[in-house]
Formats: sequence, C-alpha cells, structure tokens
Amino acid sequence: MSNVFIAFQRNEETRDIVDAIVEDNPAAHVDLQPAMVKIDAPGHLVIKRQSIEDRMGRTFDLQELQVHLITLSGHLDENDDEFSLSWAN
Amino acid sequence: MSMTDHQRLGLKERYALMTRDLAWDTTYQPMDKVFPMVHYEGIKIHDWDQWSDPFRMTMEAYWKYQAEKERKLYAIIDAFAQNNGHLGVTDARYINTLKLFLTGISPLEYMAHRGFTHVGRQLPGAGPRVACLMQALDEIRHAQTQVHSMSNYNKYYNGFHDFAHMIERVWYLSVPRSFFDDAYTAGPFEFMIAIGFSFEYVLTNLLFVPFISGAAYNGDMGAMTFGFSAQSDEARHMTLGLESIKFMLEQDPDNLPIVQRWIDKWTWRGTRVLAIVAMMMDYMLPKKVMSWKEAWEIYFEQNGSALFNDLARYGITPPKCIEWAAVDKEHISHQAWATLYQYGAAAPFHTWSPTPEELDWLSEKYPNTFDKYYRPRYEYWAEQHKAGNRFYNTTLPMLCQVCQIPMLFTEPTDPTQICYRESDYKEDKYHFCSDFCKEIFDNEPEKYVQAWLPVHQIYQGNCFNPDVDPTAPGFEPLPAVLDYYHLAAGRDNLDFEGSEDQKNFAAWRNLAGRD
Amino acid sequence: MATKAIADYRFPPADSQDKFHGAQLLYVGWDHHTMFCAPFCWPFPPEMRFGDLVEDVFPGAFGYHPEFARIDWATTTWLKSGAPFVPDFDKSLAGNGLRHKDVLRFVTPGLHGLSGSGA
Repeated sequence: MSNVFIAFQRNEETRDIVDAIVEDNPAAHVDLQPAMVKIDAPGHLVIKRQSIEDRMGRTFDLQELQVHLITLSGHLDENDDEFSLSWAN
Repeated sequence: MSMTDHQRLGLKERYALMTRDLAWDTTYQPMDKVFPMVHYEGIKIHDWDQWSDPFRMTMEAYWKYQAEKERKLYAIIDAFAQNNGHLGVTDARYINTLKLFLTGISPLEYMAHRGFTHVGRQLPGAGPRVACLMQALDEIRHAQTQVHSMSNYNKYYNGFHDFAHMIERVWYLSVPRSFFDDAYTAGPFEFMIAIGFSFEYVLTNLLFVPFISGAAYNGDMGAMTFGFSAQSDEARHMTLGLESIKFMLEQDPDNLPIVQRWIDKWTWRGTRVLAIVAMMMDYMLPKKVMSWKEAWEIYFEQNGSALFNDLARYGITPPKCIEWAAVDKEHISHQAWATLYQYGAAAPFHTWSPTPEELDWLSEKYPNTFDKYYRPRYEYWAEQHKAGNRFYNTTLPMLCQVCQIPMLFTEPTDPTQICYRESDYKEDKYHFCSDFCKEIFDNEPEKYVQAWLPVHQIYQGNCFNPDVDPTAPGFEPLPAVLDYYHLAAGRDNLDFEGSEDQKNFAAWRNLAGRD
Repeated sequence: MATKAIADYRFPPADSQDKFHGAQLLYVGWDHHTMFCAPFCWPFPPEMRFGDLVEDVFPGAFGYHPEFARIDWATTTWLKSGAPFVPDFDKSLAGNGLRHKDVLRFVTPGLHGLSGSGA
C-alpha cells in the first residue's frame, strides 16, 4: 500500500495538530526535521477538527491548516469536520 | 423563527454557492467564441460541473489566511534584517544558493502568475477558474516575497542586483526560462498538466524541500521563512494539479493519450531543470540536508510511485523517463557542478572546489559513481587552483535544443560518454542531450526551432550592448557579453576564494563578534 | 507531428546559417574527456582549413587537459553524427562535407581521461 503524507512547519499550533493526527491515525509515522514535521501513513490519513480543538482549547477551523502546511501527498477531501488524504491503490 | 435556528451550511455548499453557482453561460456570444482555446488541443470536456474543487476556499477565507501568512512573513524578514541575520549563516558560500534562486526561480514565479491568469481566463469551468485565480495571486505573492526577502542580501553581497535583466540574457538562465516559456505558450490544458500537475505535484518537493531545509540547516531564517510561506500555498496548487489530471481523464477516454504524452514530456523537462537543484544540494550547502540521490528516491521514486499507482486506474503509465532518471540521479549533480565550476567566469555567482571532507561525504553518498567518475576531476582542479591555474573554460559549449542545458549529460550505459542525439528538420540539424528531449522536439519541431539558445545568440552578435562594435580590431567578445549580462567581472563571478563576498563576510562576522 | 495551434503555426528557425555573418556552426567533442563538460560550439567560415581547427583552435580549447599534449593525431579517429569520418586536414570544412550545425567527435586511443576516469 502506498503512503500518503502531510508536512507542516514546526510551531506551537502544529504541536497540537500533530498530536491530534497521531491519536486519530495509529499507523501514522512522524518524522521531525529542521523547522518541519512530516507525517506518513499507509493509504489514508484523517485530520479531525474536534481532536484539534480538544487539544488547543479553542475553536479551530480546519482551513487554518493552510497557514502551517508545507506539502502533502494523496487525494484530498475536506469538509467542516475532517480533512483527509488517500490513495485509491 | 429565532435568529439562532438557522442551520449553518456545510463547507461544500458554502463554497459552491459563492463560486460555481454564480457562473452562467454567455448568450450574446457563443461560449466557444468567448473561450477560443478550449478545443484546439484535442482535449474533450463534456461536463465542467464534474470538476471537484479541492480546498474549497471562498475569498473571505483566502484573504484571512493569506494575510496571516504575510504578517508572519514580514515580521520575520524584518527581524532577520534588523539583527544582521545574514551573518548567522554557516558560511558565505551558502549565499550563492540564494543568487541561483533569485535569478533562476523567482522570475518563474512571476511567469506562473501570468500563466495561471491566462488559463483562468481561458477555461470555461467555474471551479478551475476560481482555483487558477487564487493560484495566480499566490504566484505573484511568491515572486514579491522572494524579492523582498532577498533584497536584504542584496545590500551586502554581489550578484543579486539585476535578476529581471539577467533572466532574459544569461546563458544558464535560459534553462528555467525556456521551461516556462514552453508551458506558457502551450494551450490551457497542457499548461495545467505541465505546471499544475507535473511541476506543482510531481516535482515541487524536489525544488522546495532542498532549498528550505538547506536554508534551515545553514542558519538562513530569511529564506526558510519565505520558503515555508510559499509552500503553504503549494498544497492548494498541488491539489489543483491532481484534480486537473483526474478531471481530464474522467471526462473522455480520448484524453488519455494526450495527457500521457504531456506527462512524459513535462516530467522530463522538469527533471532536467532540477539538475540545478541537485547541484545546489550536493555542492553548495556547507551543511548538507541529504544527497540529491536521497531526495530523488524519497520525493520522486517513492512518492511518484504512489501517485502513478493511483492513476493507473485511468490507464496512465509512469513517465517513460523514469528508468533513465534513476540512473542519472547518481550523476547529474556532479556533472552540473563541474559545468558551473568551469564556466564560473560567466556566471554571476561564485563556485569553488569542494573540501576534502566534502569529497568524502560525496564518496559516501554516491558509492557507485563518485570516486570512479568525478573525484579525479575535482582533485585535479583543486590541485591546479592551488598552483595558480584554476580551470576556467573559455570556449562556449554545445547546448541541447530543447532543455537548453549544455550537452553535459552522459549515456545511461556509459558515464564517460556524452549522450549525443540529433534530428534533421527541413534544412537544418538539431541536437539533443537525450532520447526524451529529441522526442519532445520531434513531436513539435515548429515550436523548438525558434528556441533562443544563448550560445548561438552570442555567435549571431545579439548579446552585446548597443554601443559595442564587434568588428573593431582586438575586440574581445566574452567581456562584452558579461557587460551585456550586467555582470561585474571580477566581482560577481569567479571563484569564491578571494571574492569580495568572502572577505566581507569574514570581516563583518568578526566585527559582530560572531566568529 | 504538427504543433497544435489556434492559427497557422510556421516560423523561421532561430539559427539558420544566414544569421551567422558568413560562418557556419561546428560542434566538436573529445570522447571520454568529460572534464570538458560538453562538446564545444564555434562559428567558422566554411572555407577554413580543417587542419587549422586542430592546430590553431584545439590547443586553446582542449589544452588545459594534461593528456592533450600526448594526442597522436595520426591514430586519432573521428565520427560525424556518430558515423566514421576521415577528415582531410588540407581541405576546408565545406570541402570535408561539413555543413552548418554538424557535430564531430574525436577519439584518442590509449588516453582515457584523468586517472582513467573518462574525465
């Protein structure tokens, strides 16, 4: 199965985002690099707004991810509650 | 009904109401007249409403998040400038990567802006139009933020002073320039595959991750910041590219061979342009991130194979050039640096001999190729430089008609043999670095016979300032060409050792107590 | 294959011979000496003597290589567009059948580049 991935800048907000992703995607692997964090997962990865809000202690609009995003891989689908990446094969 | 009983619309509905639901078909003139470029490439679209918008951003969200990125970016640029952040880089050789970036990449951001503006006008579908509009804004933002960031370096170091003039003239810059000219003059669908898909999706990580990580590893907060700020837009660009290809393939099976040919062409053209990034990663970063070979394996071979496995369901096959590129990954950085090293008198940035430690790193990262094919020349040149005989090649090279790079690439089966390919077209002969550049030419010769090849233009006498008389006795063409480039000979070019940049950096760092 | 376009798409080539002020372009590469990163390109009058290329031009272009001085021109072989070519040093370029934008390679037996690396 091919990996999807997403990479963010490393800052105070993305700490919570990465923690949420890791909790919601048990097969995800986190790779820390200078100023950047890359998360790989086999086939599918989902980011949940609620999980992030629970950690940040404030409301969070998933579109805010854009401010921190560096790159990604996979077909994207987004709605108000979830942002997900997947490959069909 | 109370004010609080309204049900909030979901993201998809809000987005649709604010974008595609606002569009209508024209009535005073037929749609085909209003959108004259939609059919000529042979791509068939039956239903633009099938376009699935990734990143459903309305203008409100767009401005909000872009404004936040801009505020952060300029705060960091200001802090970096105020703190003389440039003195914090590992060593001043690193600064030459930024000269390459400003002259070779920032102008392409501007052309991308023009390209997406054009395509956004030409596509009849509201969904892709909105995405192209945002990308067009993003790209000019990138061009401007890069110019702002690098203007700080321009205050202290040479070679940053005239990028807009140089992109149209300097020999190695015709490589990135012709890449974008080719895309920009193609039709709207080819442009989307060339730039939106092949460049922004398949290859973008190979451009940005090395530069940004390189900046981070080498203490360059300024470049790292603009890099990340641009990359945060790239995710939207990537999804636009991926959606473009899916949409074209789903609309009509007749689109498949056309799209496949474009993927083959643009993956190759992009791979060739990236030779400059390969050289940057392996030779120009005092503190290395990873080797080009490693970056290619992660970001192209692995990530690319995930992508092409996914697209296989439409009948897409991985680009033909993949096997050749897999061989090249162990060679091109060494070959490209050797080229810029020897033509260092004609480039507005410095080059240098790798240190013995750097040679050892290259041996370790390239166990199959470095010691056998490349170490001998680098050691020989270092020896000669020490003896006062630094190698400057003063004879102009043969260029590939399509990628416009000097014919420095070798046969995949023999790294000691330059790869020569040619085609005869009408009354003339044309030369190429590879099977793939030849195929690109053979598919559209009328396009590439017009190429502005720097070496040929110099020999035609088109690369001198207006007041120059090439027929005057004792005329030296090469200094006159450097003048035409606005390259200050002895200051912007030649070896890093002994350069003004080297002296200044050392003196200022000492003054700042940062040694 | 024709270039797809929205109008008639035919343009003169940018590098036709008439644009080079009486000269024609010639490309020459020294096989297995990739220290010179790419073959060279020159504009020469078609009437130029072939031998002058080797005797007067090559030293300035290829002389930096330590093996250049050891070339035995008598055993050197040549290729034009990859096919065997035997130049007559006393004839002109045109007299040798060399046309605008022809490419030559020369192969020097026994000389394999710096430390035999092909560079």
